[in-house]
Amino acid sequence: MSDIPGDLKFLSSHEWARVNDDGTVTIGISDHAQSQLGDIVYVELPEIGKEVEFEGDTAIVESVKAASDVYSPISGEIVETNDAIEQEPEIINQSPFEEGWFFKIKPHNIDELSELLSPEEYSEICED
Amino acid sequence: MNKTFLHDFHLKNNAKMVNFSGWEMPLNYGSQLDEHLKVRENVGMFDVSHMTVFEVFGKDAEEFLKKILSNDIAKIKTNGEAIYSLLLNEAGKILDDLIVYNLNEKYFIVSNCATKERDEEWLKENAMAFEVKVEHKEDFGIIAIQGPDVSDFFEKNIGASIVNLKNFECASHKGLIFARTGYTGEDGFEIIGNKEALLELWNEFNDAGVDPIGLGARDTLRIEAGLCLYGTDMNDKTHPYECNLGWTVDMNDKERHFIGKKSLMKIDPKKSKKLVGVVLEDKGILRAGYEISDGKSNGEILSGTFSPVLKKSIGFARVTSEFGSTGTVIIRNNALNVEIVSPRFIKKR
Repeated sequence: MSDIPGDLKFLSSHEWARVNDDGTVTIGISDHAQSQLGDIVYVELPEIGKEVEFEGDTAIVESVKAASDVYSPISGEIVETNDAIEQEPEIINQSPFEEGWFFKIKPHNIDELSELLSPEEYSEICED
Repeated sequence: MNKTFLHDFHLKNNAKMVNFSGWEMPLNYGSQLDEHLKVRENVGMFDVSHMTVFEVFGKDAEEFLKKILSNDIAKIKTNGEAIYSLLLNEAGKILDDLIVYNLNEKYFIVSNCATKERDEEWLKENAMAFEVKVEHKEDFGIIAIQGPDVSDFFEKNIGASIVNLKNFECASHKGLIFARTGYTGEDGFEIIGNKEALLELWNEFNDAGVDPIGLGARDTLRIEAGLCLYGTDMNDKTHPYECNLGWTVDMNDKERHFIGKKSLMKIDPKKSKKLVGVVLEDKGILRAGYEISDGKSNGEILSGTFSPVLKKSIGFARVTSEFGSTGTVIIRNNALNVEIVSPRFIKKR
């Protein structure tokens, strides 16, 4: 498994969250998740302005193999989505922690992030 | 978990291993899409040793096969031919699909992996009325080498006698059965026999530059080629006409009373449900179980996937005989447009 960036927080369902300088939070899926899914061929992203709940199903990612829900690691309003992965879903396979991000959220309560897993805790559950 | 003789090879080549009905098999060796295109454009090879091989021999072997197969084994009386057929129950429902190879006075059946126990029981039970033996060849493996470059490759590495085999012909070579059959819609061979000899051949092919292809790509290749999968597109609740497999039911010989025939004779193939190809015109991926409708009647998606060649989602559906040429599919509560086409999405070159 490739290295997990230290500034990320995780849901056990394999989504990551990164707090940006402007206070928004970027969300994507982990390297482990993309590798389990295999070649990703389709994503369905939420509408800008949509309100999402903590751990609410927010996006869909489909590989050749199967469809999976993407849950939000934080509640808030969708402020941006990644058009590039709609056009070229393979970016998620190639760069899950950087270019392959899914959406950005303006959080209601940034403290929710404290409930998430640290990179160390997350990498432990991936080893099972 | 069962392992094939190529298990070490798969692990060494970073295969993602998954459970295929009790067999630990390679899903892909990195990218399923790349592997798919390699077979469509060049050549690749598969370990399909999870599949079952039976040998049928004895005085009544032909009579026995005439009784249990929907297709007529008399078509391959010539030594060195193979035939695709179904195994039906008395109700005319499909127990399995298989290929029978006729070679050196013996018949070899290659059937599915998940149905092995039931097939073995069924074959042995029905064999009791005949002077015939059915033997599960546990020491056998199967590899497949498929793709448009296979002839050139075999010309150099195997020899003319095998390259000259026509579609669905087979021959004995190096102690193995070489058959011009496959499950990808491309030219190619399936090679059946002793594991040690197969391992040697596999390594030879690999050293000569043929890459291994996982079973993930095998699935998308066979869907593009319009080939049904037992358990997904057909099962013991469906009869051949509902699966586009009426062509495997041979009723020409009036004296041949194969199992399931009586029940099938009561069915009008033109009025029965049929299996069609579905192309999703909108974005998304067709999956098994999704409902499709033409406004008048409904059907259900069977196999569904993303086509690496067409770059859109394709699948099979079972629909009524009069189902229209366009319709909608419901994906997560949205009605998306589909076109109904021949299930043979890509043509063999």
